[in-house]
Amino acid sequence: MSTPAARMPLVSIRGLTVTYEGGEAAHKGRPLPALMETDLDIAAGERLAVIGESGSGKSTLALAIAGLLPASATIEGKIEWPGFQRGPAHGRDIGFVFQDPAASLDPVLTIGEQVAEVARTHLGLGWKEAYARAADLLGRVRLPDSQGALAAYPHQLSGGQKQRVCIAAAIAAGPKLLIADEATSALDTIVQAEIVTLLRRLTQEDGMTLLFISHDIALAAGLADRIAVFRHGRAVEIGPAAQVIEGPRHAYTRALLDAHIGLDAAPLVASTAGTAR
Amino acid sequence: MRGPGMSRMARFFRSPEAIAGALILAALALMALVAPLLFSSDPLAIAGPPLTPPFQDWALPLGTDRLGRDVLAELFHGARTSLVVGLAAAAASLAIGAVVGTLAGFAGGLTDEVLMRVTDAFQTVPGFLLALAFVSVVGPSLGVVVAAIALSAWTGPARVARAEVLSIRERDYVAGARVIGMHPLEIAFREVLPNALPPVLALSSVIVAAAILTEAALSFLGLGDPNRVTWGGMIAEGRAVLRSQPFLSIVPGVALVLTVLGIYLAGEGAVEGTAVRRGLS
Amino acid sequence: MNGPLLSVEGLTKRFSRSGETVTAVEDVSFRMEPGETLALAGPSGSGKSTVARLVLRLIEPDAGMIAFEGNDWLALRGAALRARRARLQMVFQDPLAAFNPRATVARVLDDPLRIHAVAPRSKRPRRIAELLERVGLEPSLARRAIHEISGGQRQRVAIARAIATKPSLIVLDEAVSALDVSVRAQIVELLLDLQREEKIAYLFIAHDLGLVRAVAHRVILLDRGRIAEQGDARKIIDTPQSAIGKALVAAAPRLHRTRQDAS
Repeated sequence: MSTPAARMPLVSIRGLTVTYEGGEAAHKGRPLPALMETDLDIAAGERLAVIGESGSGKSTLALAIAGLLPASATIEGKIEWPGFQRGPAHGRDIGFVFQDPAASLDPVLTIGEQVAEVARTHLGLGWKEAYARAADLLGRVRLPDSQGALAAYPHQLSGGQKQRVCIAAAIAAGPKLLIADEATSALDTIVQAEIVTLLRRLTQEDGMTLLFISHDIALAAGLADRIAVFRHGRAVEIGPAAQVIEGPRHAYTRALLDAHIGLDAAPLVASTAGTAR
Repeated sequence: MRGPGMSRMARFFRSPEAIAGALILAALALMALVAPLLFSSDPLAIAGPPLTPPFQDWALPLGTDRLGRDVLAELFHGARTSLVVGLAAAAASLAIGAVVGTLAGFAGGLTDEVLMRVTDAFQTVPGFLLALAFVSVVGPSLGVVVAAIALSAWTGPARVARAEVLSIRERDYVAGARVIGMHPLEIAFREVLPNALPPVLALSSVIVAAAILTEAALSFLGLGDPNRVTWGGMIAEGRAVLRSQPFLSIVPGVALVLTVLGIYLAGEGAVEGTAVRRGLS
Repeated sequence: MNGPLLSVEGLTKRFSRSGETVTAVEDVSFRMEPGETLALAGPSGSGKSTVARLVLRLIEPDAGMIAFEGNDWLALRGAALRARRARLQMVFQDPLAAFNPRATVARVLDDPLRIHAVAPRSKRPRRIAELLERVGLEPSLARRAIHEISGGQRQRVAIARAIATKPSLIVLDEAVSALDVSVRAQIVELLLDLQREEKIAYLFIAHDLGLVRAVAHRVILLDRGRIAEQGDARKIIDTPQSAIGKALVAAAPRLHRTRQDAS
């Protein structure tokens, strides 16, 4: 997929610095920023992965773009949306999928109600049309028995199924940008791969831009067009996925890649030499 | 992520309610502490001519009651009684409730069933009637009044503690304690109970307020400690002359209202403080 | 001791959830030798955590037999069980949830030493310092509260607590999954180092097959409570025979794509 270089980016971030109130490690009496002087362009329709370890600022970046930072956080720099006249309508133009699907869903409302509500609120649909749209979305995220699922409660679903519901709710209003913040980290390998495939397909079908936050660079390698590596609140490397993986420029990226233990890594223990069964 | 941030005290004092409540309680505590110093003589001793109205004689700022006792002195000493009873009853009921709730929640099974049925039994009897019956049988004294109040007030903390313990029981660190071979009783009281306390302690303001009111009611009915001055007793005394000298009942009544209000406000402020802290992390 | 360290035979556990009976573990049998790492791998719901909890006696099986260090493990109760627990320890996935929120590092390490009388009171601070050093931490860390130290440090403390009573078997329940990638490598190295020196066997619960392949001698693949495959870790993961094995291997994220996936 060629980089849409000449086109206007969907989001343009310049000099973004985010400091949380009462944040950790006061530096010269002031709290250390979670994100520092970040410049980033996200092109419309691309899949950008933001990779980092804890404290890298990757979640802060996602929350800042989505306008979900706490009121007490200090934000410097700017986030511009060239395509939008009055900025994106939060909840409608940006969809957000969180790490813990159980915590994202209201346990006392049915799945149908929660997904339909998004469509109702942001698209102004009546309940009947909203429910129809919800059923349609649940089918798109491949939830088994999408019609029956409308009446189901979150606790009746597995972790992977709950996350599919969260994705359905996130795209219900037809957003331009879908942000997945460690959306697969709480899931096992098989479900993780399924969700990644789902995200790839949905963003392709709808022409959505995907911002995929993760600590797993291998996972990003299979999904992203571009990868941005963050460390201690700064972007240390941004580039096309293949290039970042095969020929990283920054030592930290190289360290992250080396630390990944894949199926082809050298074993750290000697093989069992004919022990019982 | 936790940082230096605001200490619990600082957050408590952020809300105007908390400050108001704290001020009232501070005044109360001051009255209680200062009482023996300011009014060194027995408050039940005759201080002046009976039924002197308030604000007439500077030596008797709030006047005197039917027997000529100094109302201000009685008020201050009454504060001691209310405070002692309130705090002691709350401490006793919280302690009993926490232990019962923790045992029930942690042991489960038959122990849980038995303890909860006992809790039900104590909870269904109206607290005041139970206290009334207990004091009537055993005899009125401060200790008995405290016991009488605790006898029904422990059920609330017990239920809250049990609910917390049921949730904490499933946490990893409790499993971890079992894996290292810790004795179940040690796990219950060293690992679980201290972490179950915060919501239990949140009940304390309600219990203190209720205890003070119950004590006042018992005293009003003549079942309080006859050797002590209590606000309830003062109100009872003032009943006989309610038409002509209403201040005798009103003054201790206002003191009761302000005290309960102060406890409520301070309790709300404390809840605000912990709630914000939980939300941030 | 001549036989296997751990011998599990026909382990079965059922749960009843809202009226329905769910079989979490069905007829699971396996052996562990001293000093080896046996991985239990499988998707969520496969029963691997349940097997671990059964081995640790945190829950009781409905059927089956467990022999540990030659003794009938399931027959032990009360004080006898608690005493023998010194030989079988655990490290949890979430290092924050694994400890009492009010605990300090010193208390966390003192508990097992005290409970199993590993050292008299006067000698315990010294022993705590030794344990901290053994896992690569500064002895001064003992004073700190658990929530003050980093995730990697916490997991090291958890390992220190696990080795305090010199166990012969440690259950590692996704013990490195919640750690940063760079920290993970160090913790894995520490664990392997301890294994070589102290001859500790590890029952390693994981869903990351890459990690399992690198770290385990043998692996058991679980599928909905049953054993689908077991054997040499490298062999099974390189050439899985079972459906679940193939699915797990196919789903593992790969850094370098050999074929161009449809983008």
